[in-house]
Amino acid sequence: MADLTRREHDESEALLHEALAGGHLPRWSALGVAAASVAVAFLLNLTTGVDGVAGTAVVAMLVFLVGQTAWSFVVEGRRHAIDRLATTFVYATFVIAVVPLIAVLGTVVVKGAEVISVEFLTTSMRYATPTSEGGGIYHALIGTLEQVGIAALFGVPLGILTAIYLVEYAPSMRTRRLAHSISFFVDVMTGVPSVVVGLFVYTAFVLTLGLERSGIAASIALTILMLPVVVRSTEEMLRIVPRELREASYALGIPKWRTILKIVLPTAMSGIITGAMLAIARVAGETAPLLLTTFISQSINTNPFKGPQAALPTFIWDQFTNGTDVSVNRAWGAALVLIVLVMVLYATAKLISRFTGVKSS
Amino acid sequence: MAKRIDVTDLDVFYGSFKAVEGVTFSVEPRSVTALIGPSGCGKSTVLRTLNRMHEVIPGAYAEGTVLLDGEDIYGADIDPVNVRRTIGMVFQRPNPFPTMSIKENVLAGLKLDGKKRPKSELEGIVEKSLRGANLWEEVKDRLDRPGAGLSGGQQQRLCIARAIAVEPQVLLMDEPCSALDPISTLAIEDLIEELKERFTIVIVTHNMQQAARVSETTAFFNLAGVGKPGKLVEIASTEMMFSNPTQQATEDYISGRFG
Repeated sequence: MADLTRREHDESEALLHEALAGGHLPRWSALGVAAASVAVAFLLNLTTGVDGVAGTAVVAMLVFLVGQTAWSFVVEGRRHAIDRLATTFVYATFVIAVVPLIAVLGTVVVKGAEVISVEFLTTSMRYATPTSEGGGIYHALIGTLEQVGIAALFGVPLGILTAIYLVEYAPSMRTRRLAHSISFFVDVMTGVPSVVVGLFVYTAFVLTLGLERSGIAASIALTILMLPVVVRSTEEMLRIVPRELREASYALGIPKWRTILKIVLPTAMSGIITGAMLAIARVAGETAPLLLTTFISQSINTNPFKGPQAALPTFIWDQFTNGTDVSVNRAWGAALVLIVLVMVLYATAKLISRFTGVKSS
Repeated sequence: MAKRIDVTDLDVFYGSFKAVEGVTFSVEPRSVTALIGPSGCGKSTVLRTLNRMHEVIPGAYAEGTVLLDGEDIYGADIDPVNVRRTIGMVFQRPNPFPTMSIKENVLAGLKLDGKKRPKSELEGIVEKSLRGANLWEEVKDRLDRPGAGLSGGQQQRLCIARAIAVEPQVLLMDEPCSALDPISTLAIEDLIEELKERFTIVIVTHNMQQAARVSETTAFFNLAGVGKPGKLVEIASTEMMFSNPTQQATEDYISGRFG
């Protein structure tokens, strides 16, 4: 009797455990299936029409998906099979998104590092030809720093003030419709191709108003390109500042403009700086509007108000179209400098925002 | 210091929606007046009209008169910013400024009103205000740490310190304890007891025991019906209201039969 009940007890416990634990694939299943799929794809590569690295990889991926899902379905059940399938998709999309990013960065770093030297950074192309060694990006570096700097000087304050109007002032005034149309046009402007903006500045400022083709014309184009990005990002940041903070400030008898300046802006500051930096980084790489507004130069021109000025993007384009090995190498070097420049700007902004924004305890 | 408030025939609108209708009552100086009533009956709205904070909400406006010691705060030449300097407010959720330290939070109203004050005077105000809010002993060693790093109850007392630092005549409190635990609530209630020596206090609360504990006068607000404006049902001494209310609705609400 006692033995029987004990056995029954053990059986029911085992059943309960089975019900709670469920089936499991072994720990090495993912790796194992992956290895098997690669092997199968490789075999198909040799025996059938499956061809090339890309083709083999796609076949291996498909085999992996089918194999893992089927195995899991049999052992673990439907829910786990779907979970594994979805997880695989998420990982795969991540890899697909990251591979080109790393590939671009890696190529630029490897090819650019070969070219970069003190001479490359400190000489212009004045005495270099497409086939001769030497020459450098000094003139282009000056041009980019000046053009982007001036554009940021106009674009960032203008964009932030527009966003302040849209968020803080428009809703409480009788200008809601105006605010809506500004918002709409800001959205539209985000999508305007940069070459169109370049054409606009060329016709409006150079042809009509008689502005010289110069660094400042390029800065105007870059400002226009930058504005919508700054407005949008600042607007989003201002909107997530809690209304309670504004009310707390008003309740202390602090006027509205001071509330915005001393409470709202500092609270949103780190996000605003990040948005402004993204806008600056975006226009730093623009090529088409520069070709239309300041064109290309091989010499140093430190005056943005007079004569054509070089810039890193147009330098890259110019060197690339020369087509010789030395020229293309110079283009890679300039590309690396451009990326480093953007990275330095971004790091600086992050550092600034750490010391200005919301204090963490 | 403390001043009296007389509200006469107050109607408050959000756009075309009439939120509160025909409210008339008085607040005695150096006393605590509690506004109670079910959610959505307009008690917070009435509180906000006492220092024109409702005007921050687009489309909100009030009709009727609110007199502060006989002076109409809705007068044509009255600056709402000055009204709010005289009549301070503490909100439901603690809202210290996240970019500022404890000290900067206390001084926010003084530093941002545009007047320069000597540093020694400001130091004195920090200590006085924090002592006034029963927070000094807890934070005196970390005045330069962020205000957001304090506990919820401490944050709320910091907000009270911030509000009394500008030396208002009246202190409005919009459910100041509803986001706090019982210990912190007790601390705030003790504080209210002390503050009424210096300030006129109007407090909105959902907690009837709290109204009974802290206030001398209680006003009961109620809705006339769904979609209709809120009304002041009755106002009397707290003792009267909780022992012998004249209106059936008040008795029902206080005894928990509805709301």
